[in-house]
Amino acid sequence: MQLIHCPWCGPREEVEFHYGGQADIAYPEKPAELSDQEWAEFVFYRDNPKGPFAERWSHSLGCRRWFNAVRDTRTYEFLATYEVGEPVAGVARAEQEVTA
Amino acid sequence: MSATTTPPGAQLPEHPDFLWRNPEPKKSYDVVIVGGGGHGLATAHYLAKNHGITNVAVLEKGWLAGGNMARNTTLIRSNYLWDESAAIYEHSLKLWEGLEEDLGYPILFSQRGVLNLAHTEQDVRDSVRRVEANKLNGIDAEWIGPEEVKEICPIVNISADIRYPVQGATYQPRAGIAKHDYVAWGFARRADEAGIDVIQNCEVTGFAVDGDRVTGLRTSRGDIACGTVALCAAGHTSVLLDMLGVRTPLQSHPLQALVSELLEPVHPTIVMSNAVHVYVSQAHKGELVMGAGVDSYNGYGQRGAFHIIERQMAAAVELFPVFARAHLLRSWAGVVDVTPDASPIVGHTPYENLFVNSGWGTGGFKATPGIGWCYAHTIAHGEPHPYVAPFGLDRFTTGALVDEHGAAAVAH
Repeated sequence: MQLIHCPWCGPREEVEFHYGGQADIAYPEKPAELSDQEWAEFVFYRDNPKGPFAERWSHSLGCRRWFNAVRDTRTYEFLATYEVGEPVAGVARAEQEVTA
Repeated sequence: MSATTTPPGAQLPEHPDFLWRNPEPKKSYDVVIVGGGGHGLATAHYLAKNHGITNVAVLEKGWLAGGNMARNTTLIRSNYLWDESAAIYEHSLKLWEGLEEDLGYPILFSQRGVLNLAHTEQDVRDSVRRVEANKLNGIDAEWIGPEEVKEICPIVNISADIRYPVQGATYQPRAGIAKHDYVAWGFARRADEAGIDVIQNCEVTGFAVDGDRVTGLRTSRGDIACGTVALCAAGHTSVLLDMLGVRTPLQSHPLQALVSELLEPVHPTIVMSNAVHVYVSQAHKGELVMGAGVDSYNGYGQRGAFHIIERQMAAAVELFPVFARAHLLRSWAGVVDVTPDASPIVGHTPYENLFVNSGWGTGGFKATPGIGWCYAHTIAHGEPHPYVAPFGLDRFTTGALVDEHGAAAVAH
């Protein structure tokens, strides 16, 4: 079991957390103008990189707040955790863009 | 039920003295299958057998059948809820029933039945509904009470004072298990005999593209030109499709399984429980083989979190108190590709000569001969076989989903 660093509570055991999938999926600005394909991509399509992945986690048995993390899907190592809307550490983000 | 009295492992056949050739890749093939697991090998076999197409290569980045084919729990059943799923899985089960003869090779297919336990009133309603749906599709299924569960599998705890008492079960007598290595080897041998090249240690690193056609593959063993490309790469499908800029609603997750030490025959059937979340069968050699749901997060690591195993063990020991003293021998994980509706994605892609077979999630092994048959047809005709036509990528746009979360038996 690994420790996950909650931005508010600090390191806690993995069992306290809930996984929320890819981070930063924004609701469409003009939903009425979306095509069926665009709706499908908003609802169903997510990135699935083999490498660093920006995703959402909730500290559901602790402060119950959501935060973002960059985690390597090959090793499961958390490269960074950060508050939603915050910029993430440059190295992790750059690496993610290369892989994604 | 037939709790056999032969010692564990007695029925295992000898290893064959000849497996298959290890050819150098040719410059080009009519069909290149990417992925040398069960689905890829079965597809190769039926391309040769049903369609006479043999200028075919199966490319495997590691060793033959060393991915999910070596990491699953070998369960075979067809008791799915919706007509579309029932059709493909029942087609597959019928092929399993004749596969040993077709391949001329032992696969130790053992139709020992499957019990899907119900623990709540809602489970009972869902299960009875599924049994009736199965019957309408000509699939053997019945609803049985706790006492009958006990008759079929005497070690199940049907006491009323456990946390999730057994309220009954669906029973499919024709379900079973097979020896996964022998299944892969049988398909590989027949494909090899037909002249198909099974090429190991050959990783696809890129694609050559001309307009909306794929003209070749870049591999760790050189460039290979192709007429048609058929992906069979399970959890790594989106890694390949990302190279082509094709998006799919696939997410790759670790799915863990584990085995106990060898035991005398104690577990005559397959027992699955979606509610308390464990499934168990006993391998021919004697190990208890167990699995549960996928780990929640995306992962390509072929291992998962320990607390998932812990939860699954707690469920297993409550349902089977006799397991309390069994030692865990080893655990592992496969990388499974799951979809939003727990059904596979098979058929066309935006590239006209590139086909995809993916998204089987936690249930790909049982589909092996069935999808091989239908995918070979799809490749040979350039159009999806009727059994896989409902599973096209376009269903996420049209909304015609095949929502099998209930009958997929483990959480996706």
